[in-house]
Amino acid sequence: MTKRMIIDPVTRIEGHLRIEVELDNNNTVKDAWSSITLWRGIETILKGRDPRDAGLIVQRFCGVCTYVHYEASIMACEDAFGIKPPPNARLIRNLTQGIWYLGDHIMHFYHLHGLDWVDIVSALKANPKAAEELARSIHPNPWNCSASHYKAVQERLTRFVKSGRLGPFANAYWGNPSYKLPPEANLVIVSHYLDALQISKVAAQAQAIFGGKNPHPQHLVVGGVTCVLDMLTPSRLGEFLFRAKEVKDFVERAYIPDVLLAARYYKDEGLAGIGGGVKNYLCVGGFPLNDDMSSFLFPKGVVKNRDLSKVWPLDEKLITEEVTHSWYEGKEPQHPYSGTTVPKYTGLSKDGYLKGEEKYSWCKAPRYAGEPCEVGPLARMVVGYAAGDKKIKSLVDETLKVTGLPAKVLFSTLGRTAARAIETKLVADQIEPWLNELVKNIKSGDTRTWTYCEVPKEGQGRGMTEPPRGALSHWIKIKNYQIENYQAVVPSTWNCSPRDKNGKRGPYEESLIGTKLAKADQPLEILRTIHSFDPCMACAVHIIEPSGDVHEFKVC
Amino acid sequence: MDDYRKYVSKHYNRLLEQCKVRLDEVEREYPEPREDFQALLKARGISRRSFLKWTGVMTTALMLPPIFKPMVARAAENFSRIPVIWLHFAECTGCSEAILRSSYPNVDDILLETISLEYHETLMAAAGYQAEKCLEEAMEHFAGKYVCVIEGAIPRGLNGQYLRLGPKGETGLALGKRVVSKAAMTISLGACAVWGGIPAASPNPTDCVGASKALGVSTVNIAGCPPNEVNFVGTLLHFIMFGSMPPRDGEGRPLWAYGKRVHDFCERRPHYDAGEFVEEWGDEGAKKGWCLYKVGCKGPYTFANCPHLRFNDHMSWPVMAGHGCIGCTERGFWDTMAPYEKPIQEAAIGGGERTIDNIGIILTAATAAGVAAHGVYTAIRKKDKNQEEQKQEERE
Repeated sequence: MTKRMIIDPVTRIEGHLRIEVELDNNNTVKDAWSSITLWRGIETILKGRDPRDAGLIVQRFCGVCTYVHYEASIMACEDAFGIKPPPNARLIRNLTQGIWYLGDHIMHFYHLHGLDWVDIVSALKANPKAAEELARSIHPNPWNCSASHYKAVQERLTRFVKSGRLGPFANAYWGNPSYKLPPEANLVIVSHYLDALQISKVAAQAQAIFGGKNPHPQHLVVGGVTCVLDMLTPSRLGEFLFRAKEVKDFVERAYIPDVLLAARYYKDEGLAGIGGGVKNYLCVGGFPLNDDMSSFLFPKGVVKNRDLSKVWPLDEKLITEEVTHSWYEGKEPQHPYSGTTVPKYTGLSKDGYLKGEEKYSWCKAPRYAGEPCEVGPLARMVVGYAAGDKKIKSLVDETLKVTGLPAKVLFSTLGRTAARAIETKLVADQIEPWLNELVKNIKSGDTRTWTYCEVPKEGQGRGMTEPPRGALSHWIKIKNYQIENYQAVVPSTWNCSPRDKNGKRGPYEESLIGTKLAKADQPLEILRTIHSFDPCMACAVHIIEPSGDVHEFKVC
Repeated sequence: MDDYRKYVSKHYNRLLEQCKVRLDEVEREYPEPREDFQALLKARGISRRSFLKWTGVMTTALMLPPIFKPMVARAAENFSRIPVIWLHFAECTGCSEAILRSSYPNVDDILLETISLEYHETLMAAAGYQAEKCLEEAMEHFAGKYVCVIEGAIPRGLNGQYLRLGPKGETGLALGKRVVSKAAMTISLGACAVWGGIPAASPNPTDCVGASKALGVSTVNIAGCPPNEVNFVGTLLHFIMFGSMPPRDGEGRPLWAYGKRVHDFCERRPHYDAGEFVEEWGDEGAKKGWCLYKVGCKGPYTFANCPHLRFNDHMSWPVMAGHGCIGCTERGFWDTMAPYEKPIQEAAIGGGERTIDNIGIILTAATAAGVAAHGVYTAIRKKDKNQEEQKQEERE
């Protein structure tokens, strides 16, 4: 006897996601479906516009992954125009992307994902003195750590709970046996939950120094960047570095120790491989380290079947998308350049469930050589590790050594969350060297920030980058100086993919199989695994090849 | 003159009385503040003096005379009483992010930290049925009292089914109607909720419109993509103080925030008047911070307080970062302001790129008539829109 459970809305994500699972008598997930429930059709809107405007428009795919679509679009245009931005522009892009990696990952761990690991109500029972000792057992100088501070946090929470109005913390899963942390650990991480609200703002300010604002910075143009005045003002660079250091400090003294703390108590779940999901990992290369884009901080490649001994070179021709289970017409898998899409919404079943055997999501199903792939922090660390990248390998090995866990623990919900923390440290370490490189370049007399360019009459190009949530690629086709065709394959499309025609589940779906719920009516364990991917639905749902006639969309 | 003063003074005193009555009502009718605001200020190292300074700034921003300062302070202390139900429709969550990143360390920031979010999908711990329960309970307990904040446009195409939400798969349209019907005030936050925003850009594939149009209610429109958080905080404070929407312009935007033109307060304005323009990205003019009009700045057609407030703790704003304004507080800007790197071929000011160097001189003379010019400009756009609608009808 199985029962079906709907989780909609999946909260603490960007956008609108529905998860349905089938539970057996032991409350173990036997089958799962993930569905995106909003479609906006932004690529249709791009058709016929000036290619240089695409960046600002596609940036509105998502306000959480702000900046990344802007950059990918500008890179696609640069590829199509046949130009390269000057070194200063590459560095400023790395800096704006890099500082936001820190802000975004911190926000994800504490504000979107944290409450899957941390029981706020339990923190009220903690002994502040013991909490201080616990924090110091992980790091010699933890962030904002003192018994009196922890006590103040506890008092604030108590007042909050006593008011009887829990607001965002109401009706949640407090006391669920799947929460494994002792009260003291809960208190330490909750105190950083509050601190992190401030720190992600500092990261946003730093991004705004070059970007003009956050979210949705406005400083890129095809050929370079516009913020030349800020770049040439030493005090602005100082303001940036000052903030970057503060955020890096938080990463080292709060974020990493908190993830290690969680790992201490959740290691059994990790070792059991809960939330592992599909076994292929893909990375398109992130943070170019030179101007011909041949060397990356995150190396590109594919790891198949969790075989860490081999990295397959990325062959773009093997990327396809299909729509057997998506609300579009079509049967065969197609390469993004030649894809077609005609929306075909078939709705929910009579009982209000997803029609799992038919079409059930606005998300398409991307595949690499016919296989579903996971993208994101875990994929980047796995590919980098397998490729023997020195920085990545030493950081991963070091983390495993500290926790005393084997490499297989990576392939789990816990591993995914840890990989995100590891790469945050990796990027944090690069910010100052990049800024120094920029200063050195300016000192040598190179103040160029833009390469002259004109829109070609015809052309096509693609931009690939690795935003916080995983592999992103934008494809553009230009005809008569206008956008003829635009397509983006984004991280959450890879991860949130529905089944394909062979019935192979996407990464979210696969990762839920075998997950056991401690309480039948509380989807805590499911949320923990889904959140570990850092879902971002708004990004994924614009996926549409705008070759269908617009009028066909108006089915009503 | 004396009569005038007397009249104004009488008017404001009456308003002050109203405000006191309203605040008494809030303190009586609404639940206890969830957090001790003064204690929080202290914990974050904000002195009484800085707080009073902030009340002064906020009072001025709301276009109220100094006698209202104690009222603003009282409203701030009652901020966490007001239940807020925050709905996400066709959106990118950028507006939520902008509000979460309000400036720091600052009173606005603490206010937003204490905001009583009864329902906010990006932040709430509960999901699925438990989340739905939060919404239903809040709507019941705080009926007629809560503020509904709407982020994102509402798709009407496919009978609203381009967006379905919650365990019952309700359309965004149906859910929105249900929630705003019991709200004391509805705020449309950001371009999408105000007029449709990016999904409503031509050809508007999902037939998205703003909340006001889709749901048939009057809303306070905090325009911008994303908007500035100060404009949001001010609107809530105004609601606490007067129990109503602030005075709004024809687009539903609070006058105190959107009453002035970006161009008139731009730090690069003197270069415009002097005819000093950035001709291409990264040129000598760009290095000197000259005017961005020729590379597409839409500041002359845009009403917002960005040059004053800037973003992220006054850190910067697009023009400071060397990129022109794209007019994101204006209706239809994705279409009317495009292409973003070129000036509008503007008939109203004798258009065409040929004459740009003269425009500075002409517009300088016309600055005083800025609002009128805006009226003209709006009328032109409306005309364009009517023509488009006519064409659309013809096609159909």
